[in-house]
Amino acid sequence: MQASETKPIGPGNAQVMNRFELTKRLVAKLPEDAAVIGGIGNTNFDLWMAGRRPQNFYMLGSMGLACPIALGVALAQPQRRVVALEGDGSLLMQLGTLATIAMLKPKNLTLIVMDNAAYQITGGQPTATAVGTDLVTIARGAGIAQSAWAADEEMFDELATQALTKDGPWLIAARIDDKPGTGTTDRDPVVITDRFMRGLGTKK
Amino acid sequence: MASAAPTPSGTHPEARADARADVRLWHDIVRETLKANDVRLVTYVPDNVLKGLIASVHADPFFTAFACTREEEALGIVAGAWMGGMRGILLMQTSGFATLANVLASLPVAFQIPTLMMISERGTLGEFNIGQALVCRTMRPVLTSLAVEHHTLTRLDELEFTVDRSIKQAMATRAPVALILSPLLTGGKVFKA
Repeated sequence: MQASETKPIGPGNAQVMNRFELTKRLVAKLPEDAAVIGGIGNTNFDLWMAGRRPQNFYMLGSMGLACPIALGVALAQPQRRVVALEGDGSLLMQLGTLATIAMLKPKNLTLIVMDNAAYQITGGQPTATAVGTDLVTIARGAGIAQSAWAADEEMFDELATQALTKDGPWLIAARIDDKPGTGTTDRDPVVITDRFMRGLGTKK
Repeated sequence: MASAAPTPSGTHPEARADARADVRLWHDIVRETLKANDVRLVTYVPDNVLKGLIASVHADPFFTAFACTREEEALGIVAGAWMGGMRGILLMQTSGFATLANVLASLPVAFQIPTLMMISERGTLGEFNIGQALVCRTMRPVLTSLAVEHHTLTRLDELEFTVDRSIKQAMATRAPVALILSPLLTGGKVFKA
């Protein structure tokens, strides 16, 4: 490394963005049939507020399982693009799934991590990413080579476009601010399963 | 690996030296019953008793089988796959099941997702590890308190019926089910002094 402009984008130099803004950008880019699994808490709340789609699954509890659930959907329906939306605290709880995803290499799977370096919904206690843990480095180390930080909104758009059109697996990480979620999801799990399965065409 | 010690039903793998060649092993019956019910996905955290079943589903291209890092993860994958139209089962050991109470309650039970679980039972009938013996005692109370259907598989002659009917009921009623592999069926894991 010689000049600072060649320095790769990391959590230290990526812009701090807003989760709801990024979620809206993502939803606008999704192919109509793409499935999205929202992890618990504000990640899910902003996904809900960014527009209800029958292809969205909103977790209630089971913290850390957005990526495994998305992997399951991706394996069952290899022709469909599948996205997991997670927070940093949730991903830290289930880091092993990065290794499993790297091992299986599902071409249609994208993981998006909204990293505010805090357990925001429980009072903002810092996570390890507040003091140096780099989730993209961890994902690359696990074997997900196509893992990157979004430097800004424009780069987030570019990475999302790539991830939704080219072979995965992909991991996109974004540093986000501490703004709370913009709403709350419906909390009827049976209705969520029903809508999602109709959205996936597995229930008539 | 199982010892050659006799068991009440005499059906564990090591007993087959005396058996006819056409007698199917427990894991052959499980594999064929999964196949007959279109259960294609097998996620697992390995266990010694499950070794034969794991090897046989890996050897059969009908199945998508892989190891997961944790049982919670493996259950999440099976849940997602079912919603996507692919039936799956999670294989694990007693101690692994003990990590699942929160995820069971908040995912398959709450969302009515028929996740199939097969648990190799450690902690009883000759256990040598006190941790296994203790954690085993939490398994049935957890299943009972969540009202999760569960059966203990002890006999080769009842195996196909129990596994087949349990899968069908789970799918029809959209509820998880746990099938517990007793050492009476498998021989279990035996302490070698």
